[in-house]
Amino acid sequence: MAFERKHILGLEELTAGEITLVLDTAESMREVSDRDVKKVPALRGVTVCNLFFEPSTRTRSSFEIAEKRLSADVLNFTTIHSSVVKGETLLDTARNLEAMGASMIVIRHPMSGAPWLLAKELNSSIINAGDGWHEHPSQGLLDLFTVRRLKGRIEGLKIAIVGDILHSRVARSDIWGFTKLGAEVRVVGPPTLVPKYIEEINAKPHYNLEDAIEGADVVIMLRIQRERQDSEFFPSLREYSRFYGLTRDKLKVAAKDVTVMHPGPINRGVELSSDIADGAEAVILEQVSNGIAVRMAMFYLVASARRTS
Amino acid sequence: MADKVVMDSDSVNRTISRIVNQILERNNGAAGVVIVGIRTRGVHIATRIANEIEKLEGIRPEMGTLDITLYRDDLRQKTEWPKVEKTEVPFDLDDKKVILVDDVIYTGRTTRAAIEAIMDFGRPSSIQVVTLIDRGHRELPIQPDYTGLKLNTLSSETVRVHLKEADGKDEVVVVKQ
Amino acid sequence: MKLLIKGGRVIDPASGKDKKGNVYIEDGKIKSHPADTKKIEGEPGVEVIDAKGEIVAPGLVDIHVHLREPGFEYKETIKTGCESAAAGGFTSIVCMPNTNPVNDNASVTEYIMLKARTEGIVNVFPIGAITKGEKGETLAQIGEMYEAGCVGISDDGMPVMNSKVMRHAMEYVKAFGIPVLTHAEDKNLSGHGVMNEGDNSTLLGLGGIPSASEDVMVSRDITLAELTGTHLHICHVSTAGAVRLIRAAKKRGVRITAEAAPHHFTLTDRAVAEYDTNAKMNPPLRREADRAALVEGLKDGTIDAIATDHAPHSEDEKKVEFDLAPFGIVGLETSLPLSLKLVEDGILTLQEMIEKMTSIPSGILNLGRGTLEAGAPGDVVIFDAEAPVKIDRTKFRSKSKNTPFDGWDLKGRVLYTIVGGKVVYSG
Repeated sequence: MAFERKHILGLEELTAGEITLVLDTAESMREVSDRDVKKVPALRGVTVCNLFFEPSTRTRSSFEIAEKRLSADVLNFTTIHSSVVKGETLLDTARNLEAMGASMIVIRHPMSGAPWLLAKELNSSIINAGDGWHEHPSQGLLDLFTVRRLKGRIEGLKIAIVGDILHSRVARSDIWGFTKLGAEVRVVGPPTLVPKYIEEINAKPHYNLEDAIEGADVVIMLRIQRERQDSEFFPSLREYSRFYGLTRDKLKVAAKDVTVMHPGPINRGVELSSDIADGAEAVILEQVSNGIAVRMAMFYLVASARRTS
Repeated sequence: MADKVVMDSDSVNRTISRIVNQILERNNGAAGVVIVGIRTRGVHIATRIANEIEKLEGIRPEMGTLDITLYRDDLRQKTEWPKVEKTEVPFDLDDKKVILVDDVIYTGRTTRAAIEAIMDFGRPSSIQVVTLIDRGHRELPIQPDYTGLKLNTLSSETVRVHLKEADGKDEVVVVKQ
Repeated sequence: MKLLIKGGRVIDPASGKDKKGNVYIEDGKIKSHPADTKKIEGEPGVEVIDAKGEIVAPGLVDIHVHLREPGFEYKETIKTGCESAAAGGFTSIVCMPNTNPVNDNASVTEYIMLKARTEGIVNVFPIGAITKGEKGETLAQIGEMYEAGCVGISDDGMPVMNSKVMRHAMEYVKAFGIPVLTHAEDKNLSGHGVMNEGDNSTLLGLGGIPSASEDVMVSRDITLAELTGTHLHICHVSTAGAVRLIRAAKKRGVRITAEAAPHHFTLTDRAVAEYDTNAKMNPPLRREADRAALVEGLKDGTIDAIATDHAPHSEDEKKVEFDLAPFGIVGLETSLPLSLKLVEDGILTLQEMIEKMTSIPSGILNLGRGTLEAGAPGDVVIFDAEAPVKIDRTKFRSKSKNTPFDGWDLKGRVLYTIVGGKVVYSG
C-alpha cells in the first residue's frame, strides 16, 4: 500500500494498515541507523523545520538526527510559548518559515490542536511532535515499534499505562496505536488524573496499580509533572509515588517477561524505582534509538505522499 | 503485444556458470570476494553465484542484500514511491572485492545508487558489476564487468527476468508494449 | 409616514392571531388590521408592501447580544450590530455590558443609547453590569443605569462568584423592578476549560468545562431567587441538568425565566472536530443528551425564549490555537432559519417559535415590543418560512464572520424588517 497522508497529526486518524507500514519502514531505517555511515540521500534538497514552542531538547534532537540521516536540510526554531506576552501569532511564525523554504514542519506546542491549525492554513507537511495533552504520534509509533520488535506482535498483548493520563499526549497516542493494532489497553493513576470519559476511547480505567499491571506484557510509565503536586490533583509526590510508583515488588504481578517503558525523562524514585529503570525489563534506551528510526520512516512516508499527491 | 523469449532455463544456468568462472578467473579464486545482490531479483542471482562458488572453491563467500530505494535519484520525481525493504550487509566491506549483482542493467541509475550505498558501508578494494541482461540505453557512464547477454532493445520494450525462486521458472522475456 | 402590509399570513402570538390579513402602520405605530384596504390605498403617501404568501409577524426580539461598542469596534459597532440584527429579522436587541469600559455606570449607558439613536437602525436596550467592572466585588451604579435606560443587569461572561454579592444585587434591583440575568457558571469548576468536558474533549486533549459548572450555578441562583423573590433570568441554558432544575423551580413557583441559543439546540460538541474555533463558545456545545433536553425544554415551556448570544470576534482572533481563541459566535443572521428548523422538525409550532422570539423575550425585560396589536410600536418582520437559504458568512452584515453554520442549507428568508413603520432591511 502507498502512504497517502501529507501530514502526521496523530494516531487517531491513522489506520492499522498505515501504522503497520510506518513500523515496517522503520525496520529498514533502523538498519541504516546501525551502519557506520548512518546517512542515506533520500531527502536531499528537502528543508525540514523543527518548530518547537516547548523546551524539549530530547525530542528535538531525535527529529534532527532523523532528518540529517535522510540528508534533509534542517532549520531549527525554538521559542518559549507564552500566552501572556502577545507576540507573533503561530500562523505568522510558521508562514515565515515556509517562506524560507521549509516544506515540512515539525511542531511541538503546549496547546492541543496547534498542528491542525498549521495543516489547515499552510502548504507544508506538518508532523506533530507533541501538542498539549492531545497526541505525540512519533512517541506512540516508537513505543509500538519497540514492543513489536521485542514481542514479535502487538495483537493480544496487555498494555498498562501508568500515571497522569489526563494531561498526557503520550497516553492518548499509545491508546490509539495499541488498540488499533489489537492490544488491550488499561490506564491507571489517581482518579483526578484519569479522565472520566477515557473508557469511551477504548482504554479501561483503573485506580489501583497492581490491578492494572496484573498479567501485563508491557507497562508504560508516564512522567509525572512535578508542578502538578502544587495543584489540587494529588497531595504530594511522596504519596503519589507510594501508590503509583513502580517497584520491583509491585511488578511481580505482571507477566513474567514484562517490558517496562518510559518516554523520558525519568523521575527516579518517583514513578520508577532505580532498580527497575536500570533493570532488565526496562527498554528505555532502546526506545530512544528506535525513536530515530521511526521518525525517519515518518519523514520518508510523508515525503512520498507529498510527491504522489 | 508479443513476447519474445530470449533465454530459457538452460541458458540462464549456463550463463550464470560462465559468469562465476569469469569472476574466479579475474579475482584469482574466491579469496576476499563478497557478493551483494540488489533487491529483489539480483538477490536470487547473487545467491546462485555464491552457491556455485562454494561448489567450485569449497568456501562460501559472504552474501548481502541491498535495497537501494533510499539512494534513488528519482525520489523527487517519482509518482509512486516504493516501499523501503530491508538492506542486509552483515559483514565488513573494507578491502573486499564486492560483486554487485542485478538482473538487468538499463539506464545505469540503479547501479549508481547501489555503488553509493556500498560506499556508505565501507571502503571496498573494488566493486565489480554483474548483470544477467544488458539492454543498453545507458544514461550514466557505468558499464558491467560481467554480462550474461547483451540485447538491443527499444525503450518501449520491457525486459522481464523470471527466476525459479520468485516466479517458478527461469526465463528472460522481452515484452513489446 | 404610512405603511400598509397587504395580504400576508399575520401571526401575532400575543393576541393569539394567526390568519390572512393586513397590517396598517401610521406614525410609527400599529394603527389597525383593516379588513378592507381600498380606502387606505387611496390615501396619499401610503407605502404598500404586498406580503401575499408570506408571514407577517412582530419584529423579532433578541435579548442576548454583544454589540462590542464601546471598546471593541473592530469586532462590531452599534451600527453594524443593528444592521446585522435587521438582516436577521430583529427589530429590538438587548446588548450586554462587557464592553470597554464596562457598562457599569450611567455615562456608558447614555453613550450606548445616544449611539443607538443616531446610528442604529433597530431598537437597542442596554443591560447594565451587576458589579463594578464586572469584577464580582461591589455593586455597579444600578439605579442610575436604570434611569439612563438599562432594562436589566448582568455580569455576562463573568459570573458573580461571590454568593453574598449576588444576593445583594438581587435584593437591590427590587427598588427598580428590573430582573437579574445570570450567566450561570462556576468559574472554579470550569478552570481553564475551553469546550464541553466529555469523550470529545478527552480525545482532543482540550480542557473540559463540565456541565456541572453550569448546573451548580443555576442551582445557586435559583436558591437566591427564592430567597429574594426577585425575577431571575437564566441566560443561554446549555445542559440537561439546568433544564431539570429550572423545570422543578418553575413548578414550585420561583420567579425565573430562561433562554436558549440556536447553536445549543442545534449542535453538539462533535462540532469541535479538527479544532474549529468557530465551535468555541461559552457555555460550550454539549452532548446530544443535553441538546435533546433543551429541545424538550423549549417544547414544554421550561425554556421561555430563544436568544442568540451574538458574540462577534475578528478573523484574526479566531485563527489561532484553540486555547487562545475567544469564546463566542455571531448569531443574529442565522437565528431565524435555525429556529424554523424546530418548526420543520415538529418540535414547536410556527406560532410558538415566533412567540419565543417576540412577545416572550420582550415580556421578560418589559420592553413593550413583540406584538402587532393596535397601539404597539410599528415593528414588523415579513419572512418566507419555506424559502431555501444557504448560509454564507461573507454576506453577513455583521463586522465579524465567526459562525459554525457557514455553507448550511436551511429554510427561512427575511424579506422585510420594519422598525417604527420604516423599512430598515429588505432582502
